[in-house]
Amino acid sequence: MDWLAFLLSGTVLAATPLLIAALGELIAEKSGVLNLSVEGMMALGAAIGFIVVAESGSHWLAILAGGLASAGLAAIFAFVVLVTLGNQVATGIAVGILGVGLAGLIGKPYESMTVPPMARVPLPLLSDIPIIGPGLFNQPLLVYLAPLLAAALWWMFKHSKVGLVIRAVGESPESAHAVGYDVVGIRFLAVVTGGLFAGIAGAFISVASTTLWSDGMIAGRGWIVVALVVFAMWRVERVVIGAYLFGAATIAELLVQSAGIAAPSQLLTSIPYIATIIAIALLSMDGKRIRLNAPVSLGRVYNGAQ
Amino acid sequence: MKTELIGSKSGAGASCAPPLLELAGVTKSFATTVANDDISLSIAPGEIHAILGENGAGKSTLMKMIYGVLAPDSGRIRWQGEDVLMRNPAQARSLGIGMVFQHFSLFETLTVAENISLSTSQSAAKLSPRIAEIGNRFGLPVDPSAMVHSLSVGQRQRAEIIRCLLQQPKLIIMDEPTSVLPPSGIPPLFDTIRKLAEDGCAVLFISHKLEEIRALCHRATIMRAGKVVAAVDVATQTNRSLAELMIGREIPQPSRTPAKPGKRPALEIRALTHEPEDPFGTRLEGIDLVLHPGEIVGIAGVSGNGQKELAAILSGETSLSRAERDRVRINGESCGDLGPGQRRKLGLSFVPEERNGRGAVPEMTLVQNALLTAHPLGMVQKGLIARRDARAFTEHCISAMNVRCSGAAAEARSLSGGNLQKFIVGREIRLQPKILIASQPTWGVDIGAAAAIRQELIRLRDSGVAILVISDELEELFEVADRLQVLFRGRLSPSVDRADANSSLVGEYMTGGFLQQRIDSEAVAA
Repeated sequence: MDWLAFLLSGTVLAATPLLIAALGELIAEKSGVLNLSVEGMMALGAAIGFIVVAESGSHWLAILAGGLASAGLAAIFAFVVLVTLGNQVATGIAVGILGVGLAGLIGKPYESMTVPPMARVPLPLLSDIPIIGPGLFNQPLLVYLAPLLAAALWWMFKHSKVGLVIRAVGESPESAHAVGYDVVGIRFLAVVTGGLFAGIAGAFISVASTTLWSDGMIAGRGWIVVALVVFAMWRVERVVIGAYLFGAATIAELLVQSAGIAAPSQLLTSIPYIATIIAIALLSMDGKRIRLNAPVSLGRVYNGAQ
Repeated sequence: MKTELIGSKSGAGASCAPPLLELAGVTKSFATTVANDDISLSIAPGEIHAILGENGAGKSTLMKMIYGVLAPDSGRIRWQGEDVLMRNPAQARSLGIGMVFQHFSLFETLTVAENISLSTSQSAAKLSPRIAEIGNRFGLPVDPSAMVHSLSVGQRQRAEIIRCLLQQPKLIIMDEPTSVLPPSGIPPLFDTIRKLAEDGCAVLFISHKLEEIRALCHRATIMRAGKVVAAVDVATQTNRSLAELMIGREIPQPSRTPAKPGKRPALEIRALTHEPEDPFGTRLEGIDLVLHPGEIVGIAGVSGNGQKELAAILSGETSLSRAERDRVRINGESCGDLGPGQRRKLGLSFVPEERNGRGAVPEMTLVQNALLTAHPLGMVQKGLIARRDARAFTEHCISAMNVRCSGAAAEARSLSGGNLQKFIVGREIRLQPKILIASQPTWGVDIGAAAAIRQELIRLRDSGVAILVISDELEELFEVADRLQVLFRGRLSPSVDRADANSSLVGEYMTGGFLQQRIDSEAVAA
């Protein structure tokens, strides 16, 4: 039953970056900012991360560098939409394209190179369980940290003052300003944190799960992340479930092949994208739930105390 | 701080205490208008001080400067004898100034305690007992763990006041606090305000309702067109003298003759129950409504009791399923499943509550806005716009309603709320409708213009149009309506004739009194 362990392992490896990036996007969207540049931020994080590993050999340094690079990109986005009051959708797409382009440019000399994958950390006792052990508990450290991060964010939004303030800013920036909060500052931090997470997720892909650099390697995962947050109705616990479901869908290709079904590989690789469209369509039919959970001011330009 | 002790006598003693807040020569202008011109004002501890003025007189701008939301262009603000430069609301609060907003600054998806914890350093859990304690002390009962969207407007206001009180303010600004309350909610609010004043807290009470100011306040500063026209001792004034100071002339009263309603209903709603799309909306239940040509029916009620939902069902913005199309009829024709455009073709015209976005497109010129609903009046010929006709129509609306604007080519958003409303009402009236539905037709409109709009509605009624007016303002409904019905929690009260309508009966209906009657009469029948 080695293939089952292999599938579990593949699922969590694919789901971890989706989860981390989606949590980051969730923070930004909870504060009322729709950042559509996730694809570009992940690509830039992946490129920087890959280069740092190739040059220094340190995976943790790579993850950190990837995160910081994307946080910088997110800061550009945040400046445009929060300070110069640019349209969030258009700016997000533009900054996203910039990120993908930058990643391709700086990654050019590394095209088709490989790096050693990030070290796996088997968890004591748990990794000895048959099938589940090698599948789930013999992974890079970030795979275990991602769900812990989700738990921390869940607690933050539910019980902490910081979470309350972010939710309040996302629901009504005017009221938050009237109560005395610095709406632009809070949103800026939320967006930059989101960028940091997206960069970490991108770097994880290039240094832990794929370990081979090719231009366009993020391949739409950033868009899946954006859809995932909507799919999760802006709730942390559903982001977790969604990330693992989408993680499973991304390796559905392998699953179908291992089941011995012959199908064109192009069709199989498109499964996660088709799944995204179907999931969004099904969920959007229930407009009431979206309105109860969505941050009310999401995507709206807020121009201060005018 | 001895000022707190001096305030305990309140009222009479207030004038000899040193002023808590003093404004001198404060001026604020926006792009084209001077909103506040050389304002001076002083308030003593424990004083209930009214700021009286019509909509657009500059009251809100003044309050925003005192609360640090806006910065004055020139002039001085002194707090407890010292010059202060108010940078933001947080600073105003730290000085001891609190504000209860007219449009509440509460977050709907959070609980009361969470909302309040956002403006203090404490957690929601720790605040709950203090919220209950303050609620008890000042007569402000509210459940700390309730989600704000589930609260009535009165409860929200209490939450907002408690939020203010937790910071132990020395001055509370209340922006038209009674405008959102049913008549029965006003005396308890006044009791709370008096208790606050006895405790030494000064209150700035903003209003345009004279009765309330005379019942509650010690002194009044009266504003007109951005200037202070008088600062008076309220006890020496009558309603009439205050009104004349506020408007600068006498209030016109509309003239009316008894209604002669037609026999066949122009608009009917039969046994309509409707679940709103919006999770924060109100469910309508068992609505029966008949409107005849040549009469004005008023729908009273505190806003948020289903007015928005009812208006949307009448205008066609919310259309019913085909199976329910008989529930709404225009001139006997079933139209529940028709959209707004089709209903307009049947002779219905509609003045929505929100001017910008529903009544008019802010970015478009007045001519374009006129075209939006008036195009069937020959303004589109062979698919092309007849510009001259459209312009003539627009100019006619502007002059007939005395709309203050730079001309027919002005963008809708460049008009003040009241002026835009006059334009929209004028446009809808000129469509020669058979039925006119007007939601809050004079909200934000100055007294003179409001009287003109009401007179126009009565004139239209006399020409045989069926008119439905949905309004929060009871005085307005008493003035124009031939019959009144009250909305309470999505249910409609029995119809009250003009002759029988008085504020105590309607006030009782506004808090659901008619539901009890219904149960009683059913019990008698059984």
